[in-house]
Amino acid sequence: MKEQLPRADKNNIVISVSGLVKSFGQLQVLKNVSLDVYKGENLVVLGRSGSGKSVLIKIIAGLLAPDEGTVNVLGNEVNKLDFKGLQAYRRRIGFLFQSSALYDSMTVRENLEFPLVRNKRNLSMKEVKEAVEGVLESVGLPDSINKIPSELSGGQRKRIGIARTLILHPEIMLYDEPTAGLDPITCVEINHLINKVQKEYNATSVIITHDLTCAKETGDSVAILYEGQFIERGSFEEVFKTSNTIVRQFYDYNFTTTK
Amino acid sequence: MGQNSGVNNASNNRKYLVSATIDAFFLGIYNVCRFIGRVFKEVFVPPYEFKEIIKQCYDVGYRSLALVSLTGFITGIVFTKQSRPSLSEFGATSWLPSLIGIAIIRALAPLITALIAAGKVGSNIGAELGSMRVTEQIDAMEVSATNPFKFLVVSRVIATTLMVPLLVLYTGLVGMLGSYLNVNTNEATSFTAFFKDAFTSISFLDISASLIKAVVYGFTIGVTGCYQGYNATKGTAGVGRAANAAVVVSMFLVFLEEIIIVQVVNYIRPLL
Repeated sequence: MKEQLPRADKNNIVISVSGLVKSFGQLQVLKNVSLDVYKGENLVVLGRSGSGKSVLIKIIAGLLAPDEGTVNVLGNEVNKLDFKGLQAYRRRIGFLFQSSALYDSMTVRENLEFPLVRNKRNLSMKEVKEAVEGVLESVGLPDSINKIPSELSGGQRKRIGIARTLILHPEIMLYDEPTAGLDPITCVEINHLINKVQKEYNATSVIITHDLTCAKETGDSVAILYEGQFIERGSFEEVFKTSNTIVRQFYDYNFTTTK
Repeated sequence: MGQNSGVNNASNNRKYLVSATIDAFFLGIYNVCRFIGRVFKEVFVPPYEFKEIIKQCYDVGYRSLALVSLTGFITGIVFTKQSRPSLSEFGATSWLPSLIGIAIIRALAPLITALIAAGKVGSNIGAELGSMRVTEQIDAMEVSATNPFKFLVVSRVIATTLMVPLLVLYTGLVGMLGSYLNVNTNEATSFTAFFKDAFTSISFLDISASLIKAVVYGFTIGVTGCYQGYNATKGTAGVGRAANAAVVVSMFLVFLEEIIIVQVVNYIRPLL
């Protein structure tokens, strides 16, 4: 369990989502969602599959446009940015996809170099090499540099995915289901890595998951998204002390035997 | 949000102007035009992805050589064999080199090469980009503040536009060689005599029209493959559909362009 962060003041809000609505056809996925994330905080968004978690994080990253509402991140009104503004904004954020989304025709080295050489064009070959090796060292996979993604395990892919985002030193990390499909031991390793990123890179993180162990290990605060709306927000203990049956059910299915 | 931001704005309870199908058709045309406009815009805006362009040129050009050689060679032989009986009825087998030269340079080489490129290169581009789209690799490029459109689309369109004309020239030469072997075997025509006869009947307009056609076909195949792949949706089935559509639409457009360009060239020919 993580130590509680002191409640940050309003000036330290780095992600502010307000009145967010998003529909796909007839299906309304997000219904008036509002959320604040403080600098240096790891916020875990918990919810069942289809509750709108991934849509929320993609809107924050500017990959989807909301139908209504505003998303203000690091002082940028994300849905009003033009192409150049969006690129400048994205240099300050990192996004780990659920599938890791490594470029499968490239080696690990090329995967890591890809964003770096295109965003920092004045770097020498030596500096690029050092940056790639440094970031691989920090995710604990220095020997995988010449492998291609198909030669990596699920956990290794997640680590390389995290390394690829860290190489640009993001201020905000967005994790989409970082432990999905991994064995319990690898899950613990990924949780430790998320906490390490928070400490070493001083990054603010939004972690989308339905894994309560991940939420407990990595989250400074937890928000429960249910049918497109937040129904609880607080520390892990605060949230799961609730008498709300939906939240209790979520906890019980994860932590108690249901046979 | 800016139109080039890569944001998927598909959403909501739409009210249709005419009907869902007709609206989708015109929206599709609008999206294709915007896609082509963006290709032209990004081609001239630095930074340039030279390394990727060279890699794609290698994939499109060098890796198509075997198939193009085989097809061109066989086409030359078969076309010569099929033409001989008709010409011999009039005692005009000596016209074979001229006939073959005109047929291959004006029509067969560009068309055959374009169809092969549409099948081999177009499907490859459609499937590769489609797969990258559905596995979120293109999204990953976008969120890492790079420009996947320039890296993936522009480099491939440049490669097909440059390489298809070279392949057309190569196919023409290989086709003529195949034809020469057949003519030499049957009529004992010398190499010099065959190619002198063949090239005497070919004008500058024929060669330049062929190359212009090849450039148009190359651009069409590149844009079609990239458009289908880049906008693929709905999982692996979507990848299959993108690859299939890349081939079918490219071939249809190549035939359409062939008809238009032939009409234009035939209109120009008497004026020169």
